[in-house]
Amino acid sequence: MTAALEVRGLKTHFFTRSGAVKAVDGVDLSIERGRVLGLVGESGSGKSVTGLSILGLIDHPGRIVEGSVRLDGQELVGLDRDASRRVRGRRIAMIFQDPMMTLNPVLRVGTQMSMALRAHETVSNAVVRERSLKALGKVGLPAPEQCLAAYPHQLSGGMRQRVAIAIALLHSPSVIVADEPTTALDVSIQAQILQEMQRLGAETGVALVWITHDLAVVSSLAHDIAVMYAGRIVEYGPTADVLAQPRHPYTRGLLDSVPGEAEPGEKLAQIPGSIPALIDLPPGCAFRARCSRATGACETMPEIADIGGRLARCFHPLEAA
Amino acid sequence: MSAPLLELDAVSRRFSRKISLGDRIAAKLGAPVETREVRAVENVSLSVMKGETLGLVGESGCGKSTLGRIAAGILPPSAGTARLDGKPVMAEDGRHQKLTTRVQTVFQDPFASLNPRKRIGETIGEGPLAHGLIDRAGSRAYVAEQLSRVGLDPSYASRFPHQFSGGQRQRIAIARALAMKPDLLICDEPVASLDVSIQAQVLNLFLDLRRALNLTAIFISHDLGVVRHLSDRVAIMYLGRIVEIGPANEIYAAPKHPYTQALLASVPRLNRHREGRTAFKPIAGELPSPLSPPPGCHFHPRCALATERCRTEPPQLRPLGPMRWAACHLAE
Repeated sequence: MTAALEVRGLKTHFFTRSGAVKAVDGVDLSIERGRVLGLVGESGSGKSVTGLSILGLIDHPGRIVEGSVRLDGQELVGLDRDASRRVRGRRIAMIFQDPMMTLNPVLRVGTQMSMALRAHETVSNAVVRERSLKALGKVGLPAPEQCLAAYPHQLSGGMRQRVAIAIALLHSPSVIVADEPTTALDVSIQAQILQEMQRLGAETGVALVWITHDLAVVSSLAHDIAVMYAGRIVEYGPTADVLAQPRHPYTRGLLDSVPGEAEPGEKLAQIPGSIPALIDLPPGCAFRARCSRATGACETMPEIADIGGRLARCFHPLEAA
Repeated sequence: MSAPLLELDAVSRRFSRKISLGDRIAAKLGAPVETREVRAVENVSLSVMKGETLGLVGESGCGKSTLGRIAAGILPPSAGTARLDGKPVMAEDGRHQKLTTRVQTVFQDPFASLNPRKRIGETIGEGPLAHGLIDRAGSRAYVAEQLSRVGLDPSYASRFPHQFSGGQRQRIAIARALAMKPDLLICDEPVASLDVSIQAQVLNLFLDLRRALNLTAIFISHDLGVVRHLSDRVAIMYLGRIVEIGPANEIYAAPKHPYTQALLASVPRLNRHREGRTAFKPIAGELPSPLSPPPGCHFHPRCALATERCRTEPPQLRPLGPMRWAACHLAE
C-alpha cells in the first residue's frame, strides 16, 4: 500500500540578501491514510515551511531545492502552476493557525464554500448547498444553515476554525496539513476541535499532518511524532515510544521543559541557550551548542538512524530507561 | 503567612462605550441610545498573603487581566477597592492616580512593553531614578546589578530591545519591574508568547527570584500547567467572577466547581507513560459573550448538572473546606 503522503529529502531554502536560509534541510516523512502525524518544533525549526512546501506554497525568495513530495504516489514537486492548483484544495488541503486571516471577511461563509467547491468541480447551486451543509455538519457546527449565511465576524474563533476545517474537507482530500490550528483558541474550544479532528480522521480516512509546538496536544492526537530542530528531523517514531523514552537529547529537553509533569515549585530541567539562526549554520549537529552530551564527533552531521524502534539523529543517543 | 499583603474588596470593573456628542443629542431628542457594557470583573474579593504566589486562571474574556490591572493600580475599579498593606493602591478621589510603587507588572508581550527607541539600561533605570530609589551617579551600577540578577550580561545595558530575543526581552521586563523594589509582582501571561524551552528558562528564573527576594506574586495565565507549577493558591475565573479558589495542589487533585472540573479535563496532558491516544473531553458549547452573560450562574448553559436554581440565582463563593471556596449551588 502506498502512503498517502511521502516526503523524501525535502530541502527548502530561502535565498536572502544575507545568504541562503536553510529552513528545511533534508526532511523525510511518510503518513498513511487515517493516521495522524504530529510535526513538533519550536519557532524557527522549519515545521511550518515543511507544511507549506508539501502544498507547494513556497514563494520567492524561497524555493524547494531538492527532494520529492508524493501524494498517493504522484510527484508534486516540479508540477507546473496549473497542475499544482488542480491538486491543491482538492486532494490535499491546509488549515492555518488564524481563521480570522484565512476567511474572507466580506464574503458569507456560504459564498466562500461555494468558491472552494467550484474551483475544482462544476456543480449546481443545490449540490453546492447540500455539500456545504454536509461539511459543516461533519465538523460539529450546531446550526449549519445559519452558518452558511453568516459573515466570519459573526462567528466565534472556534466556529471560524470549524468553518476552515469544513472547507478543507469539501473535496474529501487524501491529506490535510494543519498548521497550529488550535494555538489561537482557548483550551475548552481547543479540546472540542481536537475531538472533532480525531473523529474525522477515523471516519473519513484522511491523513493528517498536525504541526504544533505543543507536545501535550500531539501526545493525545497523533499516532506518530516527528520532532524538528533547525530544519531537520531529529527524532521520529510512534508517539507513545518517543514520549516515554526519548532518545534524542533535544526531545528529552523539550519534554522536561513542559511544566505540569514536574513537581510543582521545583525548577524545570531547562535547555540552555536558544535556537540558532538558520543562516550560516556551522556544520555538524545544530543542537550541539545546547547539548550536554556533545563531543568532537558532533561536528559532523549525524545521519538519522533506527535506534530502538524509532529514528533519531544523534551520535550519543540517550539510553533506554 | 500572616496578614494579607494585597486585599481586593468587592472589586468590579465595567467597560462601556463612550457616549459621543451625537449620541447625547440623539438621547436628548428621545432616540434610544445603545448603552452596552461589559462587566469584565464582577464583585471579586480576594487576598494575597505575604510571600505567596496566587495563580489566576481562566479563558480569554474571563477578566483575569482586568483584575490583575486593578491590583496593579493600572485600572481604577468601577466599585470596590484594592488595598496594599491596608492602604489603597489607587487614589479614590477620581484622579485615578496610582499611589504606590510597591506593585509592579510584567506584561505578556515583551515586544510591545519595551520602548523600542530606548536603550534597555534607560528603560530599567528610569523608574527608580524618577522615584528617588537611586541617584544618577549610582544608576549605572544599579542597572548592571538588575541585569545580572535576571541572567543578562551587564554590558547589554546600552543595547536596544530589537537586539534581543523574546526570552531575553522578557528577562529585561522582569528586571525593569524588580528595579522598583516591589513587594508585589503582577505577572500577566509573561510566558505565553515564548517557546517551551525558553518558557522553562523564564519560569526557572521566576522561581529563583521569588525565593531570593521573598516575592509575593499574582501569576495570570491561561496555561493550567504553568500555574500549577508556580502557584501556592489558584483562583479560577469565568466571565468576570471567581468560581473557585483554594490551594493549588487540592484544586488540581479534586476540583469542586463543575467549570474547574471541565476545564482541567479539557487540557491536553502530556502523559509520557500512556499507551496510545486518548479521547478528549471538551466542555460543551461556546463561551458566552461577556456583553450578555447568562443570568444566574454564568456557567449554567454549559453545565451538565444545572438546575432551575442555577438559572436564576447567582451562586456566591462559599467555604467548602479549609481554605477552599467555590461558587456553585451544588458543590459539596
